Amino acid sequence: MVQQRTNPLRKYIRNRKLPHFFCPGCGCGQILNYFLKAVDDLQLDFKKIITIGGVGCTARIPIYLNTDSLHGVHGRTLAWATGIKLYRPDLKVVIFAGDGDLVSIGGNHFLHASRRNLDVTVILVNNFNFAMTGGQVAPTTPFNSVTMTTPYGSKENTIDVCKLAVSAGATYVSRWSTAKPIQTVKSIKKALQHKGFSLVEILSQCPTNFGRYALRTGDPEKVLEWIKNRSISKTKAEKLNEHELKDKFILGEFIDKKRPVFQGTTLFKEEDN
Amino acid sequence: MNKNIKHEGRRIKSGIHFILGNYAVVEGALAAGCNYFAGYPITPANEISELMSKRLPEVGGIFVQGEDELFSIYSVISASLAGAKSMTATASAGFNYMQEGIGYASAVEVPCVIIDVQRCRGENFATQADVMQMRWGASGDYESIVLAPSSAQELFDFTILAFNLAEEFRNPVIVMSETTIALMRERVEIPEKESIEIYKRMYTSLTPEEYLPFKAKNNSPPEFAPMGKGYHTLYTLNYRNEDGTMDWDAQGYKKLYQRITGKISENKDKICITESYFLNDADAVIIAYGSEVRPALDAIEMARNDGLKIGMLKLITVWPIHENLIKEIAKNIRRIFVVEMNIGKYAKEIERLCLPFCPVTNITKNMGIIHTKEEIYAAIKEAW
Repeated sequence: MVQQRTNPLRKYIRNRKLPHFFCPGCGCGQILNYFLKAVDDLQLDFKKIITIGGVGCTARIPIYLNTDSLHGVHGRTLAWATGIKLYRPDLKVVIFAGDGDLVSIGGNHFLHASRRNLDVTVILVNNFNFAMTGGQVAPTTPFNSVTMTTPYGSKENTIDVCKLAVSAGATYVSRWSTAKPIQTVKSIKKALQHKGFSLVEILSQCPTNFGRYALRTGDPEKVLEWIKNRSISKTKAEKLNEHELKDKFILGEFIDKKRPVFQGTTLFKEEDN
Repeated sequence: MNKNIKHEGRRIKSGIHFILGNYAVVEGALAAGCNYFAGYPITPANEISELMSKRLPEVGGIFVQGEDELFSIYSVISASLAGAKSMTATASAGFNYMQEGIGYASAVEVPCVIIDVQRCRGENFATQADVMQMRWGASGDYESIVLAPSSAQELFDFTILAFNLAEEFRNPVIVMSETTIALMRERVEIPEKESIEIYKRMYTSLTPEEYLPFKAKNNSPPEFAPMGKGYHTLYTLNYRNEDGTMDWDAQGYKKLYQRITGKISENKDKICITESYFLNDADAVIIAYGSEVRPALDAIEMARNDGLKIGMLKLITVWPIHENLIKEIAKNIRRIFVVEMNIGKYAKEIERLCLPFCPVTNITKNMGIIHTKEEIYAAIKEAW
């Protein structure tokens, strides 16, 4: 007799919503697991976690979670997060955003939430393209890549989201990939415990769209291989020059510091008489 | 909840004041219990943000100057879902940006208040040109509740009313302000706390296991569940079942939007408020809303002195439109005049209702300035 065993993290899932809609080989399912593993390891009160998704593949992660969630508007996740966090500082707000959601349409909100040091955690799933809409170029798509809207290759430079977050004022920033589960879970745990704006960027494979158009393979393993080959640790990267770092993804923690968190644009003070 | 309540006693400034219309909005919001405000600078709505930034933290509320209007509307929406009474204020150009959020708030049934101080394109002159955008400016099916004050006092009163309607019907409510009244100083009487009626949000008495976030009676809003208490409600713009799970169901979709629109359109008698002037013996009736009711009333006085029996229906609720009442009036009179400051937008809606019964004459002015009573009276005489 084969004994049926259920994933212990299943208790956090909206069972009625399964099976999920992610493509075979997509990284979103892995990231969902990494997040729940981090929550479970930390024994966080799941009732007090609010998850937010905008629009896109990654944005659908919250619809599978047994939490209070907001979903369905493109790019406004951090605006939503602000209203909840300021009014209910006792709640933990976690945002799942794709690269398009966070830094294309939501770029302005991203800058300002970083600047304010809003006390929320952003899990950015960077799959290098607009996947749900069919594989169009994104601000993270590598230069010269072929996508559905760059048939002759992309002539736009990419954005380094982690660098952007650090310079805008975020207080915990790291980048990992789905190929680094242990480091990713560890980093999500740090982010969830961090007081302030925390960003964990996770490079993730999209075999269906980015893989097929940009890398000419729909094989998830090969897409993951491509990410791995381009990835380099922060310690190693420090020893290389700009030319050697071209086309490389630097993995690691870029900042971890303390700064007062955002509570409102102006806070009451008794007038001096 | 904000634990730093400083001076709750300063929330309601009971007494008689001589204040700017925009300030009356702030005092009205505070009297209604507003405790979250986000706004982006735009003239002629700035005084609302400015006074809010001083008054709201003073009573323990939260003030945020957003990076744009989209931030403002969405943070107001999410604060409301978290339990706040929230509001934003903008002017016409900023109101465009907020449509996206208004669409979400309507679909997900989020109470919130939006003040739109209407202005001419790019210039701060008087207009009522957003009247149609206030109804259906966002994508998708929904119904709006829009209130039109005509004075600083009404800006105070209707802001409270807006919060109450928003909570009762779980819908965004728009207060249609105008440059004319927003930037005018007038007498405003703020009542004692005890005599201000406040609609308190009802939370479900069901357990998380029993609770279905979007289950509701026909033409009614569903019950709220508090956030962070294990009710795991999914507030998605997409179609969702009564239990809140995202799905697609053609019949369910039809039913959901029947209910979301029906809770407004089938409750008009509860929502719509009008005021009547000299209707009893009127041969003709002016329909007006917002600041235009003021010169219109003066024009009626001129007409009555000359023996023309004319009355007025003042619309406090511009949307939903009080169809039955307007039709009833049209049946018994010779002509309807619609006075408004735009190219004649609301007049088309009145024509739709009244043309089988009586002719409709537009008295429009689209020059960035309110009608004079003489202009209105001249137009009445010409058509009489």
